[in-house]
Amino acid sequence: MQSLSNRAKKLEKKPMNLSERMYLPAIFQGLSITMRHFFKKKATIKYPEETRPMSAVWRGLHVLKRDEKGRERCTACGLCAVACPAEAITMVAGERKRGEENLYREEKYAVSYEINMLRCIFCGLCEEACPKAAIFLQNDKLAPARYERDEFIYGKDRLVEPMPIELTSSAAAR
Amino acid sequence: MELSLLLIKALIILAVFGVTLLIATYSTYAERKVAAFIQDRVGPNRAGPFGLAQPLADAVKLFFKEEFVPANANKFLFIAGPSLAMLTACMSSAVIPFGGTLIIGGEAIHLQAIEVNIGILYVFGIVALGVYGIMIGGWASNNKFSLLGAIRAASQNISYELAMGMSIIALLLVTGTLSMRDIAAQQGEELFGISGMNWNIFYQPLGFLIFIVCAFAETNRVPFDLPECETELIGGYHTEYSSMGMGLYLFAEYVNIFVASAVMSTLYFGGYNFPFMDQLGLPHNVVTILGTVVLFGKIFFFIFFFMWVRWTLPRFRYDQLMNLGWKILIPLSIANVILTGGAILLKQEFFQ
Ligand code: SF4
Ligand code: SF4
Repeated sequence: MQSLSNRAKKLEKKPMNLSERMYLPAIFQGLSITMRHFFKKKATIKYPEETRPMSAVWRGLHVLKRDEKGRERCTACGLCAVACPAEAITMVAGERKRGEENLYREEKYAVSYEINMLRCIFCGLCEEACPKAAIFLQNDKLAPARYERDEFIYGKDRLVEPMPIELTSSAAAR
Repeated sequence: MELSLLLIKALIILAVFGVTLLIATYSTYAERKVAAFIQDRVGPNRAGPFGLAQPLADAVKLFFKEEFVPANANKFLFIAGPSLAMLTACMSSAVIPFGGTLIIGGEAIHLQAIEVNIGILYVFGIVALGVYGIMIGGWASNNKFSLLGAIRAASQNISYELAMGMSIIALLLVTGTLSMRDIAAQQGEELFGISGMNWNIFYQPLGFLIFIVCAFAETNRVPFDLPECETELIGGYHTEYSSMGMGLYLFAEYVNIFVASAVMSTLYFGGYNFPFMDQLGLPHNVVTILGTVVLFGKIFFFIFFFMWVRWTLPRFRYDQLMNLGWKILIPLSIANVILTGGAILLKQEFFQ
């Protein structure tokens, strides 16, 4: 059959010569290759003990920040949830009561704030959308593997950054 | 006197049996490590230091699996298959001399479980029986893939046993004896002034090549592992097996490898003899123990070689396998017998 482009190359299998038909030279060649790999440096990283170095802009597990007085920055505006392409964020907003000024910075705050880590693609758009600089993706933590699906829904208990020590003690003193 | 002899024999048999099982157990570990290293990985390293408890973990896992017997299988034969495979695998190491003699209290003790004057034939016969384990298991499963695997195993073993037998005949022409002990002892003589170097490999290189190829085929190892070819037969003869039935088949393969390695080192690579063994001036018992260590070194090398080849070569196609067996190895081995016979005749005519 005429080929369309006329560029097809006709390939013919050459009959094997004696050394090829004996297989042995090829086998020894193969053995030497595998032996070389035997002594090579291994590519494995023994994960839980060893971790790969992460880049400075790595986007890992989220954190909800507090301000310099230890108040939660998030005002439950929902911009992060809107920005999120994976629809991983849900929240319930609530109004700050009198006497809670030391807990929440704005009058409106997130009563609950959940990120589903199975949906999240760690794009970092929530971080960019936030007007209050409340949510960040850490560059030193991962969302670890777990056994149950519902364990992947991170609530405020696991997202909000812990209170800095000096603030807790001074707050108690006050 | 008789009783003590019996006791010593019993001890040696127990030791050989235990060592065989131990080596087979750790062969599974070694196989995975070798595979990993060849593929630039690190292999099992979680169970115990360096993963050394991995074989135990595997065994425990296999024990706790359900022992499943298919509904239409022949129950008795289904269980007999793996048992037979394991039995025959363990039997053949009985005649292999694992060392020379230990002299204790003026009494020479041979480090060999049983001496029969037809040692090679015994090994050969038992190895040939080994295929029954596979055939019975494959047939009793009542599954076409198992049956195909079993048929392949049978035809492959028959084809390669011929060539293997021929290569041994050539060896027997050289040694003039069928006893493993005598063959091992003969190789301890001097060659070019070096004692313990009279190895048969120097007289029978072609025979050894044929023998090792056939040994690969007899133990169903890559590149000749067609009976358990996953790409075509799911799992081959052990498709239907689970739990310890499966475990016994896998284990029997490693015992077979150990035995094949031991036979190869004894027949062709000098057995327990090592260079300069008589010229070092060491006491007899020390030489014997060193010899045993050396023999195990050789055996380990061959076991490693089996694994090395497995992770290097792809599997043969079935027609290629048969071509290699019938059209290449058998003519070659016949030529080897004739050449060897001719050389011996020439030597007798002109050099004596
Ligand atoms: S990182 Fe991206 S996907 Fe994950 S919660 Fe933020 S916006 Fe959504
Ligand atoms: S994290 Fe930022 S963007 Fe999201 S609700 Fe809170 S304040 Fe708004």
